[in-house]
Amino acid sequence: MLDYVKLLILGLVAVCAAIAANYARDAAYLVHALLIMGAAAITFVVVLRKTGEPKVPAPANEYMDGPVKAAAIATAFWGVVGFLAGVYIAFQLAFPVLNFDWAQGYLNFGRLRPLHTSAVIFAFGGNALLAASFYIVQRTSAARMWGGNLAWFVFWGYQLFIAMAATGYLLGSTQGQEYAEPEWLTDLWLTIVWVAFLLMYMGTLMKRKEPHIYVANWFLLSFIVTVAMLHVVNNLQIPVSIFGSASVTVMSGVQNAMTQWWYGHNAVGFFLTAGFLGMMYYFIPKQAERPVYSYKLSIIHFWALIFLYIWAGPHHLHYTALPDWASTLGMVFSVVLWMPSWGGMINGLMTLSGAWDKLRTDPVLRMMVTSVAFYGMSTFEGPMMSIRAVNSLSHYTDWTIGHVHSGALGWNGMITFGMLYYLFPKLWGRASLYSVRAVSWHYWLATIGIVLYAASMWVTGIMEGLMWREVDAQGFLVNSFADTVAAKFPMYVVRGLGGVMFLGGALIMCWNLWMTVKKGEVRKDAPVAAPAE
Amino acid sequence: MALEGHKKIETNATLLLTLSFLVVTVGGIVEIAPLFYLENTIEDVDGMRPYSPLELAGREIYVREGCYVCHSQMIRPMRDEVERYGHYSLAAESQYDHPFQWGSKRTGPDLARVGGRYSDEWHVDHFTSPQSVVPESVMPAYAFLADNVLRPTYITDLMETHRLVGVPYTDEMIAEAEVDFIQQATDFGDPGVVERYPGAQQRDFDGQPEVTEMDALIAYMQMLGTLVDFSTFAPEEAVASR
Repeated sequence: MLDYVKLLILGLVAVCAAIAANYARDAAYLVHALLIMGAAAITFVVVLRKTGEPKVPAPANEYMDGPVKAAAIATAFWGVVGFLAGVYIAFQLAFPVLNFDWAQGYLNFGRLRPLHTSAVIFAFGGNALLAASFYIVQRTSAARMWGGNLAWFVFWGYQLFIAMAATGYLLGSTQGQEYAEPEWLTDLWLTIVWVAFLLMYMGTLMKRKEPHIYVANWFLLSFIVTVAMLHVVNNLQIPVSIFGSASVTVMSGVQNAMTQWWYGHNAVGFFLTAGFLGMMYYFIPKQAERPVYSYKLSIIHFWALIFLYIWAGPHHLHYTALPDWASTLGMVFSVVLWMPSWGGMINGLMTLSGAWDKLRTDPVLRMMVTSVAFYGMSTFEGPMMSIRAVNSLSHYTDWTIGHVHSGALGWNGMITFGMLYYLFPKLWGRASLYSVRAVSWHYWLATIGIVLYAASMWVTGIMEGLMWREVDAQGFLVNSFADTVAAKFPMYVVRGLGGVMFLGGALIMCWNLWMTVKKGEVRKDAPVAAPAE
Repeated sequence: MALEGHKKIETNATLLLTLSFLVVTVGGIVEIAPLFYLENTIEDVDGMRPYSPLELAGREIYVREGCYVCHSQMIRPMRDEVERYGHYSLAAESQYDHPFQWGSKRTGPDLARVGGRYSDEWHVDHFTSPQSVVPESVMPAYAFLADNVLRPTYITDLMETHRLVGVPYTDEMIAEAEVDFIQQATDFGDPGVVERYPGAQQRDFDGQPEVTEMDALIAYMQMLGTLVDFSTFAPEEAVASR
């Protein structure tokens, strides 16, 4: 019976999407309508083929690892896509001819930059978080994922969101707010997927067999619920027409700016920090085979972190038309945030107590530890840059870009690579990774790449900040804006090379993971599926 | 002690969810909500008006092409910025900006007061090939804008949506939107657009007979920062009069 309801809904969605495509006012909307139609049609066929077949009840004593595998593969795939886009736009800034004449309306920097940021944050990071959430919540609850195929819906729904966002950027559909560029239709779809994600996660926690909820789940749960709140509030907008992608944000000017950076900074705080701390709290103890250093510290660190992070947004708006009281609040809380951030770093690093020797032999653990070190570094740099006097120099410069990347490449990238190296052999029942040497290569390429990236951005950022404000003895500005652009060229090339190294490392990882699945030795004691009892 | 208390939270998923949600709402409520009712957040200034239909269309192109990822529209009150770009930006100057375009990065210069700094011809040349006028520039070319003829088909819908979210477009402005859209880009047009939108510049911006995306974007560029007359603006009075 339920199958027939599903078929009816899917059929209706496909038909409505086809009608919408017919009336589409712009190319992005047309493509989105067709994507939805295609997705609904494919799902229709999948459901139809199962309809009337005798139902095989899902084995309650087995973990549901299909969606974990899918999300892990998607993480690696989108990682390479996102890094490639990043490398390309980095070179566009050094060599503007790479904004090809024949592709002016599609591949200019202004359209590719949101594609890059969304691909790495939401596609790479998002899939990593899906994989981690699906895997961790089952293992630490000793329960199979709740909601039947809901996890599959979340996974595929999320991929559809990525496809809609990416095609939208190239076709010029954007609402013009950083990291929240997708238009209303894409936003609505993500809301549906996210609610399903929250239900699935809570449902699994509810039926857990462990009395205590493990600390990794606190972070993942707060990440899911906070991102839902941020997404809904920052995307309050009114579509110009239901047949077009254009919309108008409800807020304007100052209020819009404050809300955007409340969202923007907490995309970092919850998507890229709380969620990834969930990963850290599970995978580092697993890989090091040690318990988490301090239970008490994790409690303090958790509540302090989620309470304080939300306040930090206005430090993006120092000296702007935002009232001073708001930016002062943002600065104070950002500086205080340093403490819980380092609490988390200490908890992660000290988990290695008694297992430090493994760093010599296990490059995967080395990767994870390096990521926590980068986390510590960027959570020191961040509060420092949020101080008004520092910000007056660093704001609007490449220093900010360098800061973001030492966090994103160092912390988010490295911990995700570590997680993938841990997960692939586990999920596919392999005794070990295909090549440990290749992990070492990846490690060094990535680390040197990040160092080149961050160092070159410090240099250009501080240099251009100083050049902009330089005045001569008569009080005239010394440098024209164009002078500062020209001065940055060598560092832009170095930054691009750092990106190439990071991308190269990721490609080695993909090869290694592929060979692990393809050629890796089958684990002897590997059960076909791990029991949940 | 405290750890015992925490046991209650970490053994109850609903409680954990509820508490963490409550904890993360506080900061946003304290920082965002007052901006809507504190009167001194946005001080009224003479000269601010909604965008004309052509300027609004130009602004849509500015957003569409992602100009905000490299150009800010927010001048800070530091000496060098005021020297380089002009008077620091006022909150009122972006009060009709849905979305705001303050930006966060200056790969290119600030544009908050770029209006009137360069000629229309300079803008056409610059958009067609930025390096032809600024050799050091790393900006992409936007020559295709001159080939895209822009029709006012949906401009009325767009303005009505802006009115819905609080931009004070009058019935007359909405009714005349399509006419104003075309007229503003023709140098012999009816002056109604300037009456409805004081300070609007009316001429053929790109030198082509049709209204193109280039026209709209240059119309937007040329009005940026020109609405408030800073030779008569006194911040003390703006404060005293509230």
